[in-house]
Amino acid sequence: MNTSQLKLTSERSRRRLMEIICSAKAGHTGGDLSCLNVLTALYFHTLHVDKDNLDNPDRDRFILSKGHCVEALFVTLEAKGILDKAVLDTLGQFGSPLGGHPTVNVPGIEVNSGALGHGLSIGVGMALAARMDGKAYRTFVLMGDGEQGEGSIYEAAMAGRQYKLGNLVAIIDRNHLQISGNTEDVMGIDDIVAKWTAFGWDVVEMDGDDMDDIVRTLDGIDFRAEKPHLIVSHTTKGKGVSFMENVAKWHHGVPTPEQYAQALEEIDARIKEWEEAL
Amino acid sequence: MIACRKSFTDTLLALAREDKDIVAVTTDARGSVTLGDFAKELPGQFVECGIAEQDAVGISAGLAHSGKKVFCCGPACFYVARSLEQVKVDLAYSRNPVTILGVSGGVAYGALGATHHSLHDIAVLRAFPGMNVVLPPDGRATEKLVKFLVDFPEPCYVRVGRAAVPDVYENDDFTFEIGKANLLMDGSDLTIIGAGETVCHALQAGKALKEKGICARVLDLSWIKPFDKEAVLKAARETGRIITVEEHSRFGGLGALVTEALSEAPVPVRILGIPDEDVIHGTSPEIFHYYGLDADGIVRQALDFVGYSTRVFEAVAQK
Repeated sequence: MNTSQLKLTSERSRRRLMEIICSAKAGHTGGDLSCLNVLTALYFHTLHVDKDNLDNPDRDRFILSKGHCVEALFVTLEAKGILDKAVLDTLGQFGSPLGGHPTVNVPGIEVNSGALGHGLSIGVGMALAARMDGKAYRTFVLMGDGEQGEGSIYEAAMAGRQYKLGNLVAIIDRNHLQISGNTEDVMGIDDIVAKWTAFGWDVVEMDGDDMDDIVRTLDGIDFRAEKPHLIVSHTTKGKGVSFMENVAKWHHGVPTPEQYAQALEEIDARIKEWEEAL
Repeated sequence: MIACRKSFTDTLLALAREDKDIVAVTTDARGSVTLGDFAKELPGQFVECGIAEQDAVGISAGLAHSGKKVFCCGPACFYVARSLEQVKVDLAYSRNPVTILGVSGGVAYGALGATHHSLHDIAVLRAFPGMNVVLPPDGRATEKLVKFLVDFPEPCYVRVGRAAVPDVYENDDFTFEIGKANLLMDGSDLTIIGAGETVCHALQAGKALKEKGICARVLDLSWIKPFDKEAVLKAARETGRIITVEEHSRFGGLGALVTEALSEAPVPVRILGIPDEDVIHGTSPEIFHYYGLDADGIVRQALDFVGYSTRVFEAVAQK
């Protein structure tokens, strides 16, 4: 998929995201929106994941460590043809197989996550297993920036370096907001690049709101390197819905019917633009 | 007579030589777990995580998810506290088939104090859906257990002690089957139920009681989850009284398991375990004796329970 197609796919997922959050009457809307471009690029450009062979031992692994943004993962898996629309339509209903955090009961989801700070250690284990078995698959872990407060992440950071896991990529969705407000007011991480560099990781920064830069950055990773990789993905919380952008209260929140209409109007305009461009 | 941790790692090493998917993970605890030989001989199947239990459990989950047969080994006290959330989410909830080997469990660390005791593990872990819990009573049972767990497709918590323990099983002619209790002595006056290293004390107590003319049934209920409810109900029905003996808080452990099982057909139950207090400083045997968890303590409770008269009891005690 080329970048224009990725942009269109991302916008279509954005539209679907609004639908399911409004229908379920729940969702971590702001953080879903900030990581949706990255999820789209991963699933439609980078990851070797075959919807018809999800258990392939050689598949690339993806872990959504910021598990509360599962709605963004659901719409991406649906777009990829892994999750059925009929199943996703049950989100929020009593007895639905889908909950508010990832579980292995959902096709395409590798681990249950949502207790923050767990994903990177699991990713280290997967990357180590690939090394032990001489397999070429890569492991990607998406974390939140607020999540960086969890100490267990730094245990995993040490192990990633100790075992020189060049086949491991951690991504931080750096949207600057967590539930209580600005990350720098809650527990600052403005030195995040220096910290991860000091932990011995190969650190790169990208504009996670810009699909071209995301693709360029993901394509530039050297998986044979002797260092694990950290991508600081600079994003906007609530990206793509003007009244949600950079507003902490949209950490989780359900649009009113009027807000929903406005969100779709904005998203549909971009969908039209990209459809015409293609 | 062998320490269960040694039996565990000896068996694991022998199996791992033949199966490259077996991986041992630890947290700067290769010495206390007795994994030194494993690390030297099979470095490619050994993962050192440093002092980082949360990371070790997460890494174990990732390894198991990718097809490895993972044994994550270290002091029980840390794995069931520091990394409890990883055990809950990454293993139990995600159904990743990792075995946690918690060594030096219970009060095995003795005077090192409560930081190093694990007296809540049964209570907590049996409440996690998807988790299995077992406390093997001796070296032979441990060996059978490891052979079973290598291909067991579910997460399991195994707690063992530190010191060598007397053999409960004197030869290999027994089964140590998941979810099954083993009848060690039959009797009709009362039943004594142990799990893990209290089983040998229960058995010694049963023998001592026999000399006094009291026929105790002794059950090895080391498989805590799943557990043999039928054996417990049968014991209640046929003996009418039960004593449970556990190296665990009296809350939520073996005694609780048994009384829950008997809630619809109750018989009197005495729960011997660690009371709700800071554990006294001492060696493990001293602590067992202080709280009445050794054979002497169990015999004393049993005699009182069956109404053995004080006069006879004293006469016996003097003898």
